[in-house]
Amino acid sequence: MIVTKNITKKFGKLKALDDVSVTFSKGECIALLGPNGCGKTTLIKSLLGMVVPDNGTIEFNQSSIKNKWAYRSRIGYMPQIGRYPENMTIANVIDMMKDMRKENNTAPDEDLVKSFGLNNMMQKKMSTLSGGTTQKVSAALAFMFNPDVLVLDEPTAGLDPLSSEKLKQKIISEKQNGKLVLITSHILSELDDLITEVFYMQEGKLLFHKKLEALKQETGEEKLSKAIAKIMSEQEAL
Amino acid sequence: MNPDKMKKLLKYVVADIIQNKIVLVYTALLLIISLSVFNLENSAAKGLLSLLNIILILVPLICIIFSTIYMYNSAEFIELLVSQPLKRRTIWLSLFCGLATSLSIAYFIGVGIPILIYHADATGFIMIITGLFLTVVFVSIALLSASLTRDKAKGIGLSISFWLYFSLIFDALVLFLLFQFQDYPLENIMVALSFLNPIGLSRVQILLQMDISALMGYTGAIFRDFFGNSAGIILSYVGLTAWVIVPLLISLRKFKSKDL
Repeated sequence: MIVTKNITKKFGKLKALDDVSVTFSKGECIALLGPNGCGKTTLIKSLLGMVVPDNGTIEFNQSSIKNKWAYRSRIGYMPQIGRYPENMTIANVIDMMKDMRKENNTAPDEDLVKSFGLNNMMQKKMSTLSGGTTQKVSAALAFMFNPDVLVLDEPTAGLDPLSSEKLKQKIISEKQNGKLVLITSHILSELDDLITEVFYMQEGKLLFHKKLEALKQETGEEKLSKAIAKIMSEQEAL
Repeated sequence: MNPDKMKKLLKYVVADIIQNKIVLVYTALLLIISLSVFNLENSAAKGLLSLLNIILILVPLICIIFSTIYMYNSAEFIELLVSQPLKRRTIWLSLFCGLATSLSIAYFIGVGIPILIYHADATGFIMIITGLFLTVVFVSIALLSASLTRDKAKGIGLSISFWLYFSLIFDALVLFLLFQFQDYPLENIMVALSFLNPIGLSRVQILLQMDISALMGYTGAIFRDFFGNSAGIILSYVGLTAWVIVPLLISLRKFKSKDL
């Protein structure tokens, strides 16, 4: 579904992405992991066309995304920090996105709007919302247009445990519908029952990209957090 | 570009900016200034002249600073829009049109309506149109500064420098040039130079309409000669239009290749 070939991106002297080649296929739920500043967000932004790589190609459904924009109607993106124009209400923001993307002609999926209780505060202005509520709006927008690919950057940061569980259930059900889900998160414990593959980056390089099961077998650990901790400490020992 | 999507996006952006407190205060401020100037001066013509001097300073300043801050505050919103199936061109032009439309509405309510009440003649109309041009020109220059640097403080600093340059420094440089080369005939060069400053161009346009160019001496006569006929007026509006389009196109080019 998404194939990147040897993409490299430099910001000044810093190599944010260093020769990353990867294939993300349908029906997988992939965790993008790695220490802060390892290039996860740059990778996500490259897929979304926000950052243009210096070298290499990115293909979405077998066609290059360079200078293209229509492919993004197949992607739902939830940013790490959502900030919206302050005088828009929740209803305005949702209507605006519907206007921008309704070419899909399918009924918008408003499950999350309802389960997060956003429909009871539609007239509230974005500037008056708490960080968590703003995250809920971002999440609801990402899932609304039935995209084939979901890109979630730290989706549960700032959400209360109940909402975070609702979001997880939604991710699982979308995965079962055959969607490709990319998640970055630092809270490894909550990824255990979501993900099928782990993509680990360090200093802009791909360290490994493995099935979760394979990773657990290799390390002999049951929990993702322990398996990753083991790998990281082995890395340090080298 | 998709004009349909741009129209829709524009609608939401304008609705957002019009409710902005700074824009509301700006409208009220312009309204208070215009009404008091017309009521304090004993002739409406004198009122218009006082208003001109205030507008030439205030409108560019507020428009450029507000627009620059708005663009930086919208950074995350722009990222979200870029992740949607939209061309970058559509996003940038929608934001530009949104700012230009809202600030023009503010100007029209604050200055346009009082002029129409107290001084609704050719000079008044020229003043309304020129003020609208100045509004759009400085929104365009604000987008240019916002596209040149990622840092908000630097961007605002750049905008203030642009404003200082066009409202003070440029005139000082021209005066300096005049004194240095006072032995040479500089009148035609002065006409050409006036195209390099949108504020100067607006001032000349309105002063000539007011028929007080005699106060400006021989240069005033040359200006009268050039800008006084319809070809000159058209040419000066072409100049102002260029001041809208050129900064906008440069900023659009920058934005298209920018990493967000």
